[in-house]
Amino acid sequence: MAAIVSVRDVRKVYESGFEALKGVSLDIERGEILALLGPNGAGKTTLISLICGIARLGEGAITVGGHDIVTAYREARSMIGLVPQEVNVEPFETVWNTVTFTRGLFGLPRDDAHVERVLRDLSLWDKRDAATRELSGGMKRRVLIAKALAHDPKVLFLDEPTAGVDVELRKGMWQIVRQLKAAGTTIILTTHYIEEAEAIADRVAVINEGRIVLVEDRDRLIHQMGRKELTVELKAPLAAVPEALSSYGLALSEDGRSLRYAYDRAAERTGIVSLLRDLSDAGLALRDLRTRESSLEDIFVDLVRKPA
Amino acid sequence: MNARAIRAIYRFEMLRTRRTLLQSLVAPVISTSLYFVVFGTAIGSRIQEVEGVEYGAFIVPGLIMLTVLMQSVTNASFGIYFPKFIGTIYELLSAPVSYFEIVTGYVGAAATKSFVIGLVIYLTANFFVTLPVAHPVWMVGILALTCLSFSLLGFILGILARGFDGLQLVPMLIISPLVFLGGSFYSIEMLPPLWQKITLLNPVVYLVSGFRWSFFGEGDVGIGVSLLAILAFTLACLGVVWWIFRTGYRLRN
Repeated sequence: MAAIVSVRDVRKVYESGFEALKGVSLDIERGEILALLGPNGAGKTTLISLICGIARLGEGAITVGGHDIVTAYREARSMIGLVPQEVNVEPFETVWNTVTFTRGLFGLPRDDAHVERVLRDLSLWDKRDAATRELSGGMKRRVLIAKALAHDPKVLFLDEPTAGVDVELRKGMWQIVRQLKAAGTTIILTTHYIEEAEAIADRVAVINEGRIVLVEDRDRLIHQMGRKELTVELKAPLAAVPEALSSYGLALSEDGRSLRYAYDRAAERTGIVSLLRDLSDAGLALRDLRTRESSLEDIFVDLVRKPA
Repeated sequence: MNARAIRAIYRFEMLRTRRTLLQSLVAPVISTSLYFVVFGTAIGSRIQEVEGVEYGAFIVPGLIMLTVLMQSVTNASFGIYFPKFIGTIYELLSAPVSYFEIVTGYVGAAATKSFVIGLVIYLTANFFVTLPVAHPVWMVGILALTCLSFSLLGFILGILARGFDGLQLVPMLIISPLVFLGGSFYSIEMLPPLWQKITLLNPVVYLVSGFRWSFFGEGDVGIGVSLLAILAFTLACLGVVWWIFRTGYRLRN
């Protein structure tokens, strides 16, 4: 499938000398939800700022829908909607005027029906005549989304859409994102809530210290890199792991009542069968067995901690 | 060209003007009236006529210029500085608009506002003095061009400003003295010869002189020189705006 956003060898050095991006290449496919994960200062916002035209592109090339963002900036930017991380919205103007302003900026004719639909979808219709400064934080954030949707973008960037948002609102935001995807919009969201990426993303890109560390299908990622953990609960507590079981790398709990065994479920031999046999040979009586699949969070922490 | 974007910016800025309409218009009207009371009555009773014009009428072009210059600079600088300050500038930078469209929208709106204020002062002045306008078309033209060029200057200052203090600095410390020393309330001929020459370095002299010519058919310098000076100033501002946008100076990182 053709990429709708293509980032090639992009480097960005700020005037302060800080190198925010150190050669990033990334293809974003049409219609997908891509989660851009990374710790604070990893370069997520810089990457989005470059694609959207807020920061000047240093080295490299970026196209949106095949349009170069520098030479064909009008065509490229027309396709993009941006919801910034900071809740910045003109405080004195009404919701309606603020949203129609954005539509005008994108060169589109007035379309009250469309703006009404967007405001209704975001539960802002009742507030259309309120000045934005009178709104709650969650509503202001939705105003930003409404602004970004006012011109029917093909690609939507959500920079930390759920930072500081309560659980209910976050779920609501995910619902909106899924609806937009169903309508064919490509969505890129940055987040450091792993839970968010797991819940809605099709693919996950991990960025750290200005480099893309990994881009992978979410399910495959969890599957491939997912470590599983087997916990064996014992009837009688142990003082130490028996010598005969040393090759398994078992971890004994503090109370001595459970053993943990980490394995790779994608491996040919997981070692579970032989472990169980060896446990019984060692004369240990089992009370219960439990397995746990590692989450994206564990994977993420692993990737980011790894020295570059 | 994205004409709809120009209209959107212009309309959004004019909405802001409308929200603050009362203070925008009342303040200049009151201060103009005060000038008439103080300058016109107190000083005018002693001077009576300058260049064959009643002193009260003589100062009107200067008074209009004083307010229009201050308003143009203040409005335009605030108009572009505010989005920078609250962060909504991201929207302009990520929209499919060219620099030309951004400048046209913001400067056009600021110039419109100060043009209206200029006309209001003119109307107010008519309550105090009889005010002939010798060249009405030129009067409107010079006023419009002045609004435009100083709104451009304000736009530049708004982009360069690092804080609200900076926005106040130029109108207070530069524009205001230049207007007061630029022959707004006196004829240059009243000055000693040396100061007559030094005064000619003040760009506002040409503005006021040209504007006064459109009222009374008489100015300190020729109307051609005045027009050239106004045009040169406008072009200089356009040049700086062009440079700012080409380099993204203090706009794009």
